[in-house]
Amino acid sequence: MKQRPGTVVRLATPLKAWAQRFAVFLLIGATFSLMMLGKVDTVVVERARIAVLDAVAPMLNVASRPVSSINQAFDEAQNLAALREQNAALQEEVRRLAGWYQEAQRLSGENRSLRSLVNLAPDPQHRSVSARVIGDQGSAYVRSVLVAAGSQEGVRKNQAALTGSGLAGRAIEVGWRATRILLITDINSRIPVIVGQARDRAVLAGDNSEHPELLYLAPGTTVSPGDRVVTSGHGGVFPAGLPIGIVAAVEEQGVRVRAFADWSHMEFLQLIDYELPKLLQPLTNGAAVVNP
Amino acid sequence: MEQVSLWHRLDLVARGLAPLAITFLLMIATLLPPRTPEIAPVMPALVLTAVYYWAIFRPDLLPIWLAFLLGVVHDLLTGAPLGLGSAVFLTTYLAVAAQRRFFAHATFAMLWAGFLLVAAMALMVEWAFGSLLQLRVVDPLETLLRYGATVAAYPCLAWLFGRAQQAFLK
Repeated sequence: MKQRPGTVVRLATPLKAWAQRFAVFLLIGATFSLMMLGKVDTVVVERARIAVLDAVAPMLNVASRPVSSINQAFDEAQNLAALREQNAALQEEVRRLAGWYQEAQRLSGENRSLRSLVNLAPDPQHRSVSARVIGDQGSAYVRSVLVAAGSQEGVRKNQAALTGSGLAGRAIEVGWRATRILLITDINSRIPVIVGQARDRAVLAGDNSEHPELLYLAPGTTVSPGDRVVTSGHGGVFPAGLPIGIVAAVEEQGVRVRAFADWSHMEFLQLIDYELPKLLQPLTNGAAVVNP
Repeated sequence: MEQVSLWHRLDLVARGLAPLAITFLLMIATLLPPRTPEIAPVMPALVLTAVYYWAIFRPDLLPIWLAFLLGVVHDLLTGAPLGLGSAVFLTTYLAVAAQRRFFAHATFAMLWAGFLLVAAMALMVEWAFGSLLQLRVVDPLETLLRYGATVAAYPCLAWLFGRAQQAFLK
């Protein structure tokens, strides 16, 4: 703009500055509105999250592969260093587990015969879908992972996600080809559980720290470190008896649980499709609407 | 006005998208699974750095409303409380815009020092709103570690952005 500032420019410059300032206030206002919206309306926000997730999933899927191989290489190098001790430890464990295997066989047979004896209703069937972890968000504000399977693979909301060793979380946003799994360590995660031999009921609540907390333990129950924590199946969202972890610490501030799931090696998750056919199908007359 | 060919214009548009594309790719990068829980809390705020850099050098190619939109997408994608990302990026952008004269002639060291302040402000906003939105006090140590990592990663990222700027925008 080389020309001499004319009337139009003289008028336009403050107008432009004013418009810019207005835009800034508008954006700040929009930010606060978004915060409110996120707090109040979960359906619209959830739809938006799913849409963005679906759009970005293919990129994440491709990009996460090399990262995954690099991680694998690191793991292998670490394993190589510890091979000898690991071998000895594993042999020891195999010897120990062989005994347990016999015991499990015996108990399984006994369980079967006792079940038939008392005519117990069979546990609901479940199918599972395995999916690769393509995104991981471990920040101070959220603990969730993204997996490369969605409704086209039969994933549905609230399905349990397991690692090989235990429960990791549940599906909260299911897109067409990707799903967000809310980890049990997230602040919004609440899971009904059973603790220890006494089978005390409690709720496992995350708080974005590594070790989730046991809430609502009935007064008078004694929980000690090492007690197993498994899903209770109450609420009908998860199957009962999925392993979660063991009680790590019992303190004044609360009971902390160490999950079986290894957060640092979560490459695949298994999503459990849990159906209650015997309970729900007669009601819906064959049309299986089990979505809670 | 001289006549420019369609291809030339397309090329210009594509080059103009470089800041946004780089920022978006960094957002994807922060989402990739790191597989080491020790790294996750100290993952530097890459997108924050990108917004800071482009707000200084090419505000025309990364205007403030785009920073706001990046924040929205960031929150939707990461599952963070909605509005948090926008608050952080707007803070960064406005802090830069307020001191544009200082940044216009700043040396690298001054830019880094400026980033020390701006990142502190932005992460403090994140911590305050994050705590407010989740109705609990978020562990300040984690934010502090992230701040350290972000500030430490700045020279490396700034170099990267500088190279990209030379390659696409000069």
